Amino acid sequence: MSNVLELIDLVTQFSTKKGMVPAVRGVNLSVKRGKTLVILGESGSGKSVTLRSILRITPPGAKILGSILFNEEEILTKSNNEIQALRGNRIAMIFQDSLSAFDPLYKVGKQIEETIISHQKVTRKQAKELVIDLFRKVGIPSPEERVKVYPHEMSGGMRQRAVISMALACKPEVLLADEPTTALDVTIQAQILKLFKQIQTEFGMSIVLVTHDIGVAAEMADDIAVMYAGKIVEYGEAKQILFSPEHPYTKGLIAATPKKGQKGELITIPGQPPLITNMPKGCAFADRCSDAISSCHSENPELKEVKPKQHAACFLVRQKKEMITI
Amino acid sequence: MENILEGVNISKSFPIKGFLGKTKGTVSAVHDVSFSLKEQATLGIVGESGCGKSTLARLIMRLIQTDEGKVNYRGENILNLTGSKLQDVRKKIQMVFQNPYSSINPKLSIIDNVAFSLWENGVPKEEARKKALYYLDAVGLPKSYALRFPSSLSGGQRQRVAIARALVLEPEIVIADEAVSALDKSVQAQVLKLFQELKKEFSLSLIFISHDLNVVEYMSDEVMVMYLGKVVEKGPAVQIYSNPHHPYTQALFNSIPSMEVGESTLNNSPINGELPSPMNPPSGCRFRTRCPLVTEKCAGDLPPNVEISPGHTAACVLYERVGNEKVLS
Repeated sequence: MSNVLELIDLVTQFSTKKGMVPAVRGVNLSVKRGKTLVILGESGSGKSVTLRSILRITPPGAKILGSILFNEEEILTKSNNEIQALRGNRIAMIFQDSLSAFDPLYKVGKQIEETIISHQKVTRKQAKELVIDLFRKVGIPSPEERVKVYPHEMSGGMRQRAVISMALACKPEVLLADEPTTALDVTIQAQILKLFKQIQTEFGMSIVLVTHDIGVAAEMADDIAVMYAGKIVEYGEAKQILFSPEHPYTKGLIAATPKKGQKGELITIPGQPPLITNMPKGCAFADRCSDAISSCHSENPELKEVKPKQHAACFLVRQKKEMITI
Repeated sequence: MENILEGVNISKSFPIKGFLGKTKGTVSAVHDVSFSLKEQATLGIVGESGCGKSTLARLIMRLIQTDEGKVNYRGENILNLTGSKLQDVRKKIQMVFQNPYSSINPKLSIIDNVAFSLWENGVPKEEARKKALYYLDAVGLPKSYALRFPSSLSGGQRQRVAIARALVLEPEIVIADEAVSALDKSVQAQVLKLFQELKKEFSLSLIFISHDLNVVEYMSDEVMVMYLGKVVEKGPAVQIYSNPHHPYTQALFNSIPSMEVGESTLNNSPINGELPSPMNPPSGCRFRTRCPLVTEKCAGDLPPNVEISPGHTAACVLYERVGNEKVLS
């Protein structure tokens, strides 16, 4: 299966008063065509920055290094104009906060028309009809009326549907979604996740979904990448990551989440993630890891295959495996 | 066990002000809600945004004035209390808020944040600090943090400060309003565990408000499910979670993404539509506009509170009994 998007040794640095600070520290990922990749992590893990780096939506002064291949073509070296032509057209993005995704002074329908007109050769009248079509597709009731409202007149769930319709406007090959359901109630979240699955089948696009919610990941993912402190600590098929996680952080994260019918003690991870301005030497998780050995504090474990198709960045996992093979 | 706190038919609506401050209408935020909190137990309140769970917490705390109803603390209605009697009761009921970035004072050191409410109650400075230190230790913050300022603390640590501040007045009841919602999962588990430990150590009764169904199940003995200002179902947590009766409770549970791959919960028909405007709630049952099992009866009278099993009630006409027979189930 070919990969539609590939990130190779991606490093994103922010410029701060204390100099360049890496928010993403060497990420390798591939997005399979027509599949969903979920990037799972806590706040500050670099999952959103990874996603934004793809379309170069980073704050001024940020530096993106490494390689980003879109359909086997390097896009990191492209000019800003060339990237602009990709944005919203072949790669679309959806953000958490749907209210700030729209300009409050213009009608919702108008703004989506603009997207279509700027990327496709259509008349305004055709664009208008396309928007109504799209609204119908994402399940907005009475679309002819809804295109004429202002963003604040829509509810959160409805607005997120409108955002999705805007992202679909140019039939992108890849949809990047940054916590698209986090601000929504569970019943509305369920509706939106269902919609994502529907449009994926219909448009055959690849989705990269960033979330902190293991439940959402389990629901949506074909593959999961778990991020911690700017690095991928574990990567593999969704089933493997959720049922037989290898990295101590993934294990801890799953154990720390209350599940349905959970009684008895929750297992907790002590401490908190390191700050990106003050990264420890060696494995960033070592200080919170109960099994850390001396090399964890001095060397950086690389992401290596620990089971077929399942990769983990941990010395202990590999050590255990070697012991078994001996 | 005895009820330490009881709410009886509590209602609150907020006026909507239009042009020149004229009242355009009212939002019925909490409508006819009754609950009881047993001594040293945890009552979980769960519901989506706009269901009135936070308003209810604020009504109990008297942060806003109730329109109707009573809040009985050990048998005494606290809504009529004034002066020093009110002060005494206030010490017994403390609250932890959702956002630890806005709920603690950034200009006071950690220890002073905790000691502040003691000073306000006339405890001498040094004694208050000593006590504050004891509670900072109880919530698991190292001594070295006492003189730091909130800005140097992470979200989880700040929430610990907020909890210490709630405990320092030695309350009997703590109301936690979405107290772990802003925290990351790995930190959230630490704080949940802390709540349980503290509850045992200081013999607290807890009201635990959250939109996260799994968190509420984990924490609670009793659960109350709210929708658009009304209680739709309440009872022992085990009962509610293993055998939900109200169509809204069922739909809510079906909307939680399952943690099992390939076992999609989304196809169990999550409810359609969105929350109706609380300015103009549907007549009869407030859930009827989204209910998959709606009948003609639902639009008419208020749904009856039907007892499903001892202590477990659901407000739905589906379970209304004629004589001793269930009409439908």
